[in-house]
Amino acid sequence: MATLQLRDIRKSFGAFEVIKGIDLEIDDREFVVFVGPSGCGKSTLLRMIAGLEEITGGDLMIDGKRINRVGPADRGLAMVFQSYALYPHMTVRQNMAFALRLARVPKAERDRKVDEAARILQLEPYLERRPKDLSGGQRQRVAIGRAIVRQPKVFLFDEPLSNLDAALRGQMRIELLRLHEELNATMIYVTHDQIEAMTMADKIVVLQAGRVEQVGSPLELYHHPANLFVAGFIGSPRMNLMEAKVVETGPTGTSVALPSGPRIEVPIEGGTTANGDAVTLGIRPEGLRIDPAGPIAGTVALVERLGGLTLLHLTIAGSEPMTVQIEGSDATRTHDQIRLAVDPAACHLFDQAGQALPQHARHPLAA
Amino acid sequence: MRATPLQRLLSFIFGWGAALLLFFPIAWMVLTSFKSERDATSPGLFFAPSLDSYRDVFARADYLSFALNSVVISVGGTVLALLFAIPAAYAMAFHPTHRTRGTLLWMLSTKMLPPVGVLVPIYLLFRTAGLLDSRSGLVMIYALMNLPIVVWMLFTFYKEVPNEILEAGRMDGAKTAGEVWFLLLPLTLPGVASTGLLSLILCWNEAFWSLNLTSAGAAPLTAFIASFSSPEGLFFAKLSAASTMAVAPILVFGWFSQRQLVQGLTFGAVK
Amino acid sequence: MSTTSTPDATLSGSEAEATRKVGPLLVMPSVIVLLAWMIVPLVMTLWFSFQYYNLVDPTTRGFAGIDNYAYLVTDPDFWVSLENTLILLVAVLVITVGLGTLLAVVFNLPFPGRNIARVLAISPFFVMPTVSALIWKNLLMHPIYGVFGALASTLGLPPVDWFAQFPLAAVIAIVSWEWLPFALLILLTAVQSLDHEQREAARMDGAGPLAQFFFITLPHLSRAIGVVIMIETIFLLTVFAEIFVTTSGGPGNATTNLAFLIYARALLQYDIGGASAGGVVAIVLANIVAFFLVRSIARRLEV
Repeated sequence: MATLQLRDIRKSFGAFEVIKGIDLEIDDREFVVFVGPSGCGKSTLLRMIAGLEEITGGDLMIDGKRINRVGPADRGLAMVFQSYALYPHMTVRQNMAFALRLARVPKAERDRKVDEAARILQLEPYLERRPKDLSGGQRQRVAIGRAIVRQPKVFLFDEPLSNLDAALRGQMRIELLRLHEELNATMIYVTHDQIEAMTMADKIVVLQAGRVEQVGSPLELYHHPANLFVAGFIGSPRMNLMEAKVVETGPTGTSVALPSGPRIEVPIEGGTTANGDAVTLGIRPEGLRIDPAGPIAGTVALVERLGGLTLLHLTIAGSEPMTVQIEGSDATRTHDQIRLAVDPAACHLFDQAGQALPQHARHPLAA
Repeated sequence: MRATPLQRLLSFIFGWGAALLLFFPIAWMVLTSFKSERDATSPGLFFAPSLDSYRDVFARADYLSFALNSVVISVGGTVLALLFAIPAAYAMAFHPTHRTRGTLLWMLSTKMLPPVGVLVPIYLLFRTAGLLDSRSGLVMIYALMNLPIVVWMLFTFYKEVPNEILEAGRMDGAKTAGEVWFLLLPLTLPGVASTGLLSLILCWNEAFWSLNLTSAGAAPLTAFIASFSSPEGLFFAKLSAASTMAVAPILVFGWFSQRQLVQGLTFGAVK
Repeated sequence: MSTTSTPDATLSGSEAEATRKVGPLLVMPSVIVLLAWMIVPLVMTLWFSFQYYNLVDPTTRGFAGIDNYAYLVTDPDFWVSLENTLILLVAVLVITVGLGTLLAVVFNLPFPGRNIARVLAISPFFVMPTVSALIWKNLLMHPIYGVFGALASTLGLPPVDWFAQFPLAAVIAIVSWEWLPFALLILLTAVQSLDHEQREAARMDGAGPLAQFFFITLPHLSRAIGVVIMIETIFLLTVFAEIFVTTSGGPGNATTNLAFLIYARALLQYDIGGASAGGVVAIVLANIVAFFLVRSIARRLEV
């Protein structure tokens, strides 16, 4: 049961500012994911919330109380570290009970809580083992168990799945979601993996160079990126981004022209842009389809067959290369000349400052 | 990597050859200690072994009191050095500041200070303070003498401990003392042991301060042995017996702990 | 549940700040005692070095100016002792690092009884300097009763009186014997830590055993060799017991190093002023060496 508020949170090392004023509200029981490229400050921000890094400026509030100067153990948080940071000289049971032991909780209660956490995480057979005798996934669960036992107000996760192999990572994602459901706790989760961010988050916070680029639900970020950075960062394969020029703005939308010639009309407000202004047109790979009558012509440079889906990498005369996502059953081959049609509703326009121009319609799932 | 039989033979010859050559003086010392004084001066391998020399040495000097002094002073100096060094190395490894590197190098450079350079003032200070020929005086000196090396070794061991483990401890509610006691010390026990071992060996074998600052009461085995070097006569067997008794405890100790010792000696130069 | 029931968050105080301040606080005791251990005697030594101060002649006390230093630099013994100190240092370093590297490579190869052989080879490290000196002087190097003499006479050679004919070489031999195991131990650990794949890659590239040694093993050892040189130098500049026990600096001044010279001035001639001047020189010398060592070696150590 906890809410968090960050008000103009800042962190500098000497004259170098790494967190440049972050405002954020985190609701009770929310699963919030901090995502961003490495070096964006997401881990630092998490560590500041944890109390492991000093906060240089701003207010950090839990349930309305300012806790900037409260020690890490007294904030009522628990953290799962990237390396798990299990105590190698202690058994699984001792690892999970360590915080309670330091807090002088009676042994019987300690055991009860550890047993309960072990049951939730299916760690019962391993309680007397040491971390080195466990697999990666089991260690991960012990690290989570150590957090659960303390019954914290907020769980903090610092890239907890990055040391696991792909299959295990998928499985742990589901387990963490189940856990979130079962524990009903507020969770803050740091990752650079956008699949983790998309699949787990109630709310994603995209960070870049110490600033928040956008906050929103996964689909909001996917369908309505606020700027070029978010557009390029969220979604895989990446959104196609092309230079374009505004030809005409009207009440129903804006027409833009690609350097190679074709004109595309998109249902986006022109806003302050004037005819002739340079903008960036963004289309996700699934917003394009092969159509002999389509406006864009290109040559297939590379075909990636994923089975159910196929990705075509095209070279476009006079424009940037594009990626198109099509059915796996499509027979298009390398070197084929094809034409593409555009789904106007799936297009984005960004002004010269990189800010998105407002779309006329919201995506139904991202309203 | 498979070695060919020829390689194995060559390394066998060179390895054992070097080992035997290096060990020969010690072996010869032990051998001679069991000879009679008459046999001792002829380098023969065949003789009637006797314990006479050991009996004579015990009769002439109070071996046990020298040995006790050695143990007390070495252990005392090592424990005192560790008490100072553990917090210092912890702070340097986990709460480094921009001065940490300089401090470490400065500490090591104090080790370059030749003891003779400060012998006179220390001697006079000790005389004034009544610390001459006292165990506590030598304990202090030894602790200070080894402190830089002990700090440095502990620092390199602590550096190997991931910071995240201590941070996890902090999240779990451990205060600084708890971090050190519950986490750092158990995790670096082999390192602390190896540091302590080296310090013990250096104390046990130290022969400058012990020779110059003690006379009878607090004299350790280094002084005991020096008393046998007096030119009043060449009693090789007795000399060997005394030497064997002075060296044996630390030698056996060193053999058993050599694996531990090696780790620390590399001072972080070998990962 | 104590972790979640902090009644008033502000009461828990400024712990985040406290952990930052704890660092200097914990280093301080060590720094203070080391500083005292260094500064107090240093200042006293400096002070005495400008004084007439002889324990057996209490009548002549007072400010001496640079007389003690003038006397020191005009004393041929001083220059010889300086030379001896450096010869001893360099010779022992060359012998121990050279042989140590060679033996480290040998002891890294598998052969029967390797572990026992290694334990025997490192044993001299545990022997106290006074004992090493005594056994070498009497049991091994004694011209009449020593093992070396006996060996020489079985070969029909005249016995050598080491400490009379080659005194400095004899001291170097003893000190090298004491420190070779140390070099071997460290270098062996370093050799063992060499990545097998690296050597195999070199073999794939056509490197023979010698090329492997010079291009792969030796560069890999450079850090460890640096540590060996640094630690040994610390101890070799102040070699004392070996000389005290074997030659007492003689014959003449052939084996007098700076450490022994100062000792002789202070505790044999009771010339505190002169000894202190020598002490200051020793400290300056050590600092010069330390300066170069710290710059070239400590830089490579991770701090």
